[in-house]
Amino acid sequence: MTPRVAAKARLQWDGVRNRHILLYPEGLVALNPTAAEILGLCDGRRTVDEIVALLSGKYQSQDITADVQELLAGLAAKGLVTYDA
Amino acid sequence: MQCPYCSNPLDFAGPRFQRELSTDEWCRVFREAHELGVVQLGLSGGEPTLRSDLPELVRCAHELGLYSTLVTSAFRLRKERLAELKAAGLDHVQISIQAADAELSDRIAGTASFGDKLAAYQATRELGFPLTVNVVLHRDNLHQVEALIRLAERLGAERIELANTQFYGWALHNRAALMPTREQLDRGWEVVQRERRRLGSRLEIVWVLPDYHEEFPKPCMGGWGNAYMTVTPAGEVWPCHAAGRIRTLTFANVRDRSLEWIWNESDAFTRFRGDAWMPEPCRSCERKTKDFGGCRCQAFLIAGDAGLTDPVCSLSPHRPLIDAALAEVEVNTAWTYRAAPASRVLAGG
Repeated sequence: MTPRVAAKARLQWDGVRNRHILLYPEGLVALNPTAAEILGLCDGRRTVDEIVALLSGKYQSQDITADVQELLAGLAAKGLVTYDA
Repeated sequence: MQCPYCSNPLDFAGPRFQRELSTDEWCRVFREAHELGVVQLGLSGGEPTLRSDLPELVRCAHELGLYSTLVTSAFRLRKERLAELKAAGLDHVQISIQAADAELSDRIAGTASFGDKLAAYQATRELGFPLTVNVVLHRDNLHQVEALIRLAERLGAERIELANTQFYGWALHNRAALMPTREQLDRGWEVVQRERRRLGSRLEIVWVLPDYHEEFPKPCMGGWGNAYMTVTPAGEVWPCHAAGRIRTLTFANVRDRSLEWIWNESDAFTRFRGDAWMPEPCRSCERKTKDFGGCRCQAFLIAGDAGLTDPVCSLSPHRPLIDAALAEVEVNTAWTYRAAPASRVLAGG
């Protein structure tokens, strides 16, 4: 199961809000830096475990498994993240 | 298209909308909007596909990072044109339909257009666009809610917007012919709830509330001058697509002023921003942070003053005017189609 940003959504930097945003039909989600980093790794090839491993290597002191799972579940429920088999 | 509930102003064919902005002017407006923090762009009308420079406009918007939606009737819209817009960076397509079958849809539209719409839905999906099916609901098509949802599902749409008629523009003029019964609305809402359970996240079903039938007003535009603006074809800037009708406001034009000034300083945008303008019963009401006093246009059109509480509110002294309109449902009247000759007559009269 490899997550990717859904085709209808677009992740981009917003220079006015100074943060990453996820745009989709008639709406947007403003992202904190961690969420933006996680979504940036969701390319349809990496598994959730691989994404967690990559970020855990970077932020050695924290367990970010729950953060990743919570973010992706929330966005998947809105159809903004999809999973490739 | 001549739908009798069109949200366009009654005088759309008149001089106020004649001198359209040029390609360069539109691109400047998009840039100014982007600099203000705008991220969503709806290309609407009238019919936006009648602009021959539409791909250029889409390209300007795309280069700025705006998420663009084409809001179209799809009448005479060909796949080649959609492909051109896709290549220019268009993000999302919303196509209206008037009913679930050709006969009724074409009768409501006043134009034989159902076939074009089905072809455009198909082309939209083949080109990989996310698709929203938009339907305005009223007395003559509310019985088709289930068929409409099934149609959107079959078409592979991401969203279906079931928008109960909001009474502005042509819809207000045709209100007596469009007003649904309480029973129709209840049945429609039941179907929506059932279909939401069945479909989950496969198809998002948006149900726009029929505000006349509610106890409290809608939180119109998320608050006046808070998150939305409309730029008319001729460059006037309105806080919503109906606000131009409020004669007691002064509207600035992007040909004379920057969008930043219009948003922050102009009369039209500052008059009802925040809650300092609110009269009773809003002023002391705890709901004012939820519904912002409702709709300024409705206050103007029904109660005669844009600075009053939305007359839909059960606490408004003007609520009897809404109740009288609800009683119109018993009156059997014919509607006036939205068309240029009728517009000239109505605007002149």
